[in-house]
Amino acid sequence: MTRGRFLFIIATIIGLIAVAVLLRTKDVPPEIVAASVLATTLRFATPITLGAIAGLYCERSGVVNIAIEGMMLAAAFGAWSAAAVTQSLAIGLLAGILTGMLMGLLHAWLSVTFRVDQIVSGTVINILAIGLTGFLDSQVLSKAHLNSAGLLPQLPIPVLSELPVLGPIFRQQPIAWVSVIVVVISHYVLFYTRWGLRTRAVGENPRAADTVGISVRKMRYANVLIGAGIAGLGGAYFTLEAVPSFEILITNGRGFIALAAMIFGGWTPFGAWAAALLFGAANALQINAQQFGIPIPSQFVGMFPYLLTIIILAGVIGRAVPPAADGVPYETE
Amino acid sequence: MRHFPFGVSGVVMNAQGLLRPVRAALLPLLSILTALIVGGVIIWLAGPKLNGDWLGVKFVLDGYAGLFQGAFGSQKAIISTLVRATPYIFAGLAVALAFRCGLFNIGAEGQLALGALFAGGVGFSLHGLPPLIHLPLTLLAGMLGGFLWGMIPGILKARTGAHEVITTIMLNYIAAQLTGYLLNGPWKDPNPNNVTAQTPKIAEAAHLPLLLPGLHWGVILAFLAAIAVWFFLWKTTWGFEIRTVGANAAAARCAGINVSRNIVLAMGLSGMLAGLAGAVQVAGVNYRTILGFNAGYGFDSIAIALLGRNTPLGVVLSALLFGGLRNGATLMQFRTQISSDIISVIQALILIFIAAEQIIRWIYRVRVPSGLSEQVTLSKGWGKS
Repeated sequence: MTRGRFLFIIATIIGLIAVAVLLRTKDVPPEIVAASVLATTLRFATPITLGAIAGLYCERSGVVNIAIEGMMLAAAFGAWSAAAVTQSLAIGLLAGILTGMLMGLLHAWLSVTFRVDQIVSGTVINILAIGLTGFLDSQVLSKAHLNSAGLLPQLPIPVLSELPVLGPIFRQQPIAWVSVIVVVISHYVLFYTRWGLRTRAVGENPRAADTVGISVRKMRYANVLIGAGIAGLGGAYFTLEAVPSFEILITNGRGFIALAAMIFGGWTPFGAWAAALLFGAANALQINAQQFGIPIPSQFVGMFPYLLTIIILAGVIGRAVPPAADGVPYETE
Repeated sequence: MRHFPFGVSGVVMNAQGLLRPVRAALLPLLSILTALIVGGVIIWLAGPKLNGDWLGVKFVLDGYAGLFQGAFGSQKAIISTLVRATPYIFAGLAVALAFRCGLFNIGAEGQLALGALFAGGVGFSLHGLPPLIHLPLTLLAGMLGGFLWGMIPGILKARTGAHEVITTIMLNYIAAQLTGYLLNGPWKDPNPNNVTAQTPKIAEAAHLPLLLPGLHWGVILAFLAAIAVWFFLWKTTWGFEIRTVGANAAAARCAGINVSRNIVLAMGLSGMLAGLAGAVQVAGVNYRTILGFNAGYGFDSIAIALLGRNTPLGVVLSALLFGGLRNGATLMQFRTQISSDIISVIQALILIFIAAEQIIRWIYRVRVPSGLSEQVTLSKGWGKS
């Protein structure tokens, strides 16, 4: 992640907030709009951050993961239904992570064991997640008449959340806080531990890693599973933290945007987080546009994150180099 | 010593020339069979265990009976299967053509939307033209819309290396927003009774005529498109270049082939076929552009192309199968209340078995050599092409 990109991200986020402030209806004070956009930015960035970190573990170990969307969708479903059945949000959270890992296991099985083209494998998982959640939702859930277990409560940071205007920014729900912690831990794990070194070795030069006795297969399986578990947590955000219900296709492309955030972040945790915040800001503008009566057709504001993704991928703001063996199945001799 | 009842492999190995089509179809057929079995297990797990039904198995069999009757059981069923399969053939060909160039087009859904927008726009805004002009104009407009929308990721890939997997998905979302804006705004059907996001009806002269009651001419166009794609890819220089780029871009570049141009062309043509699918739905089925009519086509067409091994004939056959499954699901749901979403699950399972054919080989101990279709590697990371 270069300094230029960080500056671009910060400038764009400030620009988005400025747009919201400038276009607001006159009866809302500007600092309220700015703080609200910032608070929603952090909230909306949560699943994108987690998805991007999920992709990071997979791709750093050399497995392309376009299945983040499917993993999050399945996890959103698993988390909601487990929470509704047991009426326990904690069990729901756990079920979300496990559902994600189950999808990850399939991805690893197909792409590591069977050396299926990883993009095909990811697509299969996305289709399977749409099909399974749709089928189970209409076949089982809608007939069971379950009640939602509610939403995870806010965990305000003492003192900071009492600040006059900035307060809302520090009143987030648990998964949002965990996503920040995951970023920091992932940075440490990937760059300062033996595990991280091995993961990166397997992703950059599996042959060399194999030669010095690192099991490429095991490292890839483990990292895909870790990533999938994090994606599962991101999926749980949708049904345990954002809205207390499951809807068909609830992830709405956030998994793919997470992938773009990971790429834009140059395959680093802090870079991915910054990019996720940028997408979060774009999303927040859309919501705040409706709330504060900003006069742009909602569809055009809604296009913005997707357009931004394309612009970013086109390398207008510089390029990053992926892990050398990313997407290449490894065959032992 | 294990002997399995599927002894086909021996025959296949002995009569290579004669049974080549059978060999090519064996793994896909076994994949479909296995997917239906696993799908049955999922239905069984989710379904009711009624009294007098032996462990709930009859429920599953009733469901599948409804599925196949609804798909192929009567003349009426076959006609609606053909109507369902028509856009699948176009969209499946679209994905297959891109695959042949080593490109993974997940954007059929958006390209369908643009095709339908262009076709619908030409269809409802022009009046008084003879059908001989208005209908071709409508379909051509749809092709143009899809071509342009497909070209964008092609240009991005060729110029900047932006991977088409993400750009096409993003363009799907952008197309959906654009359609939503037009059909809720300037292009909304002004009829006071209209509450949905849709355009006015297209002119009578832009309708695809009927071949049989309930069956429009689009299906014939689809078969012709399959032949055209076959001819283009295997009998023309342009097609040869596209396939060469797909097989090995570096070698193609060495041989003096303009890789960038072929990427843009292949994505454009792929989008054009998907756009035609959208146009045919407008001119033959809905007679207007409706928001969300294209949902699910993107992934369905990928499944169809992969099951059809990216050959035109294979695509037509798999499109007929998936058209049949989607169509028959209605009767299945009506009879047994099994949700029609199970079709997507079965589809994903078929894909799993097609992609990881080792699983199928292992289950059935089939010894068909792989590499019957030219392999195209898609994911080489996100790096520059």
